Amino acid sequence: MAVKTEILFNKQISKRYFHLKVKVPNKQLFPVQAGQFFHIKCSDGSKPLLRRPLSIFRINEAESTLEFLYLVKGVGTMALAERKKEERLDILGPLGKGFSVAEGSENILVVARGVGIATLSALAFKMKRMNISCFAIVSARTKEDYLMEAELKAAGVEAVFVNDEDGTSDPHHVKLLAETLVSEKKIDGIYTCGSRRLSILMKELACEHQLFAEIALEENMGCGIGSCYGCVCQIEEEESIRPVRICMEGPVFPLEKVVFA
Amino acid sequence: MSGLEVSLGKLHLKNPIMPASGTFAEQMTNYIDINEIGAVIPKSITKSRRTGNPTPRICETKAGGMINSIGIQSEGLTYFKEKTIPFYANFSTPFIPSVSADSIEEFVEICEELGAIDEVDAIELNISCPNLKNNGLAFGMDPSISHELVSQVRKTTNKPLIPKLSPNVTSIVEIAKACEASGADILTVSNTFLAMSIDVHTRKPKISNVMGGYSGPAILPLVVRMVYQVYQATSLPIIGCGGVMNGEDAIELMLAGASAVQIGTASFIDPEAMITIRDEIEAYMKVHGIKDIQEIIGGVVVR
Repeated sequence: MAVKTEILFNKQISKRYFHLKVKVPNKQLFPVQAGQFFHIKCSDGSKPLLRRPLSIFRINEAESTLEFLYLVKGVGTMALAERKKEERLDILGPLGKGFSVAEGSENILVVARGVGIATLSALAFKMKRMNISCFAIVSARTKEDYLMEAELKAAGVEAVFVNDEDGTSDPHHVKLLAETLVSEKKIDGIYTCGSRRLSILMKELACEHQLFAEIALEENMGCGIGSCYGCVCQIEEEESIRPVRICMEGPVFPLEKVVFA
Repeated sequence: MSGLEVSLGKLHLKNPIMPASGTFAEQMTNYIDINEIGAVIPKSITKSRRTGNPTPRICETKAGGMINSIGIQSEGLTYFKEKTIPFYANFSTPFIPSVSADSIEEFVEICEELGAIDEVDAIELNISCPNLKNNGLAFGMDPSISHELVSQVRKTTNKPLIPKLSPNVTSIVEIAKACEASGADILTVSNTFLAMSIDVHTRKPKISNVMGGYSGPAILPLVVRMVYQVYQATSLPIIGCGGVMNGEDAIELMLAGASAVQIGTASFIDPEAMITIRDEIEAYMKVHGIKDIQEIIGGVVVR
């Protein structure tokens, strides 16, 4: 159901990114799972027309609050960035399927690009609560774009940050990093979001080492609830490829099933 | 009696609100009670399974609109008969499948099968989709092809036939008349407008299919105009479709000549939009002392 939340803060945390926290009027929409998303009505007017999907970044059920981390990019997120404390924000959700944790999982690796760290840090915090060790490779355009560096560290996540400026985010380099982590830290699960190239690399790596792996996909969405068929990805199952709705069957999918065009 | 009942020929609806095809799926039952809307029209069905177009399939445009090119992703007729129809049979609301096909023969084949099914109350003919046998032109862009298509389908069933007209024509009235002459019962006016949008930073079209169908509040005045024109020119009941975001928009289409109204893009923003719009129509009736909503159909006062 769509609910009117109260904006507790909506602040710029770096050149291109904002951090939004809202208070939910009642607890009915909980539980919320890491990997799920909310469809946000960014403004009360008709600009933007459609809602914008944002994955959940922090789930605070005890205090009935939710947090989102978003990149200001187009009309929708620009309108959202204008929203002020104490205003009402209409959100629809939680929607979609969240991450799953393989049974007996002990050490996981998250590989994020850009704002992909939002949904993956929700997972990392969940892992911490489950006493599963979490390692991260976080890729960004520039050092200024590094997100959650201190927070991940404080949460006990061993994170390596790489960027395009000094070339450390080069796929070859990231693959070596990931391979080293997989063998040295006994990684048994990989989770990725935010980059097609990195996802393909992780798919190969997970396949080679027979690791449990999931991906959170992003796509332009219309309704977010399965009606419009606007957001699809190609899934390979039982030797056939079929398009599935990301908002319904995802946004989290088993990495080995996703076909990257 | 709530006064919201409308009759479109032999199709009787408890209120004039229904979804536009392609904007409604079974998951909507999580948000609204299907029994509270006038009719239910699922996404267009094709004979065989179709995978649809690559992404991005939708984009938003600046002036209150969106463009989509989904490509009629469909599970095919067998699945529709085995799964979709039984699902909607759980509701008392009239059930109107929407049919899309690549040829007239295929339209005939699908409609013959659907026409024989009790749960099917009427059939909407999506004649505004591209015809692969005719250089990608929609069937509904040509009066003689429209006439031929509806005439052939007419022979297969007595169920109300509802051609959904394309707005991408010089004269929608001509197509409407051709459909009337060939035995159509009701007309849906209209499908989306062919449109295109370019990302100026990447210089790429915003959707993968380059062009797509334009919908949303921006098109309402265009649809009001077309409903008005078709209402003047034919005696068939009209279902207005395009840009309705609230009760007043629906009233506007009804004043132009629509007997019922389809809701599409508005449901993407608020899944409960159809119920809200129905309630807003009721509120309008109270304010204006209208006992029967059918009083206002075509009631625009010109001059």
